[in-house]
Amino acid sequence: MTDTTQQPVATQDFARIDEVTALRERSLVQKILASQPFWVTIVLALICLVMNWIEPTFLTADNLFNITRNFAFIGIMALGMTAVILTGGIDLSVGSIMGVVGVVCGLLLQAEYHWLVAVVAGLATGVVIGAVNGALIAYLGLPPFVVTLGMLSVGRSLAVVLSENKMIYEFGPYAEQFYWIGGGAIFGIANPVWMLIVLTVVFAIAFALSSWGRYLYAIGGNEHAARLTGVPVDRIKMQAYIVSGLTAAISSVMIVGWQGSAINALGTGYELRVIASTVIGGANLMGGEGGAYGAFIGAALIEVIRNALLMAGVDSNWQGTFVGAFIVLAVLLERIRGRKSD
Amino acid sequence: MALLELRDISKHFGAIEALRGVDFDLDPGEVVGLMGDNGAGKSTLVKCIAGNFRPSTGEIRLEGHTQHFHKPADARERGIEVVYQDLALCNNMTAAENVFLGREPKKRFGPFKILDYPAMYARAAEIFQELKSETRPRDLVRRMSGGQRQAVAIARTRLKDAKVVLMDEPTAAISVRQVKEVLDLILRLRDKGIAVVLISHRMPDVFTVCDRVVVMRRGTKVADKKIAESSPEEVTGLITGAIRAA
Repeated sequence: MTDTTQQPVATQDFARIDEVTALRERSLVQKILASQPFWVTIVLALICLVMNWIEPTFLTADNLFNITRNFAFIGIMALGMTAVILTGGIDLSVGSIMGVVGVVCGLLLQAEYHWLVAVVAGLATGVVIGAVNGALIAYLGLPPFVVTLGMLSVGRSLAVVLSENKMIYEFGPYAEQFYWIGGGAIFGIANPVWMLIVLTVVFAIAFALSSWGRYLYAIGGNEHAARLTGVPVDRIKMQAYIVSGLTAAISSVMIVGWQGSAINALGTGYELRVIASTVIGGANLMGGEGGAYGAFIGAALIEVIRNALLMAGVDSNWQGTFVGAFIVLAVLLERIRGRKSD
Repeated sequence: MALLELRDISKHFGAIEALRGVDFDLDPGEVVGLMGDNGAGKSTLVKCIAGNFRPSTGEIRLEGHTQHFHKPADARERGIEVVYQDLALCNNMTAAENVFLGREPKKRFGPFKILDYPAMYARAAEIFQELKSETRPRDLVRRMSGGQRQAVAIARTRLKDAKVVLMDEPTAAISVRQVKEVLDLILRLRDKGIAVVLISHRMPDVFTVCDRVVVMRRGTKVADKKIAESSPEEVTGLITGAIRAA
């Protein structure tokens, strides 16, 4: 009597536990299917195919060269932005950092300094501005939104003051080398695209395989917990803003070289496109989620759509509307996915 | 000789006396329930042991040696681990990543040092097995039950051989069935000779797993006796002040 009643209960229990654990353990295929960058890649491929069907010049080498170079500048910045967003922060100052860095590079070249001096000084400027952001946020505990919004204004104003509101295009004796950095190409692929590819690999490895990467995710997941377990939270946060400043500077050096001139309005409004790229690539603005490939593919999607609209004859002034709508859409999508998986 | 000895511990915050002359001993493999109303000084006492606070006066001895902890890492270094009330876990990371957070194993890869995931998963699986928990190293904490989260938090204390584990309200926010899981985990720590201090408001938990109960009231220790010689009624009286001391 007791035997027969106990047996079914036990097996039932087993089945239930099995169901629960099976739900949790996800195979690689399931993980890929649940990741936003994967779906963005699919959408990107579809748009390219459809566009090529409508407009056969779309997938030509020339147009691809242009598209990839155009999104490389945004993509490079989006990688640094991802580090910041992983910690649950935001960096609104990247566009202005671009402006200051461009002017600094331009002025040094104009004063006939070696191109290497200009590049190093440009990158150092980005690092210093990032460090100021980071110190105010990490050590004084000010909200990232406020600090970097302030820096957006300060940076832009510095760019105007330093340039005396003039365009800088006399790049001195080392102009050719400097032009090549951002404007040149290796094996038919633009230099900024190479830079983006290399940095994407470097960031992907750093995010996944270094303690630094794990700490970024931990801080975004639960800052209090990270602190209690001995993660150097303040230092890591500061480093994230420095990295963001540095990637903005790299992007700026290359874009100035490509355009062959530095204007103080360089990068105006770029912060939004950069943030949009990371969010479309699956980064969570609340922190703790996102990745390097997402930043790359998010930047690519925005540029391809922009290019497609131009080719379709849509007024380029609509671009801002699309970028804004994409940010909201991406966050909405993320919300829906999040609800499903929890 | 006791494993952990507190002698005449006091702690002031300005004019406020959070602790007054507390003596407290802990033996290896002993589970002690620390009870008291809110503001009675339980948390302050635990924070003194864990290195969050430095006591204003008094002495902390571990295995007979006087200790001066400046920060929690010092206490952890000497084998005192804390499981925090809010569990201090990152929901967006896996069980294994949480267990090793802040002390990740690394291996050399050319000139770089990279995280050693295989070692992390293997060691975490070992610890969960040892704790007889169903938790799996690759599962995201976000998808776990309260009991499994406790297992992850407790697994952290097993990375190095802890001597003392302080648990702050581990059963406060979880379901009845999960409470049993957690109490079993505590008994497993005890069986390994680890001394456990269980801070709890839940009388049944304390009377199920503890060998001894210590009651705090208004910064002083009002009782310290074997569970077998006490009763929930007596402890309630001690906590509220209906019974002055025992």
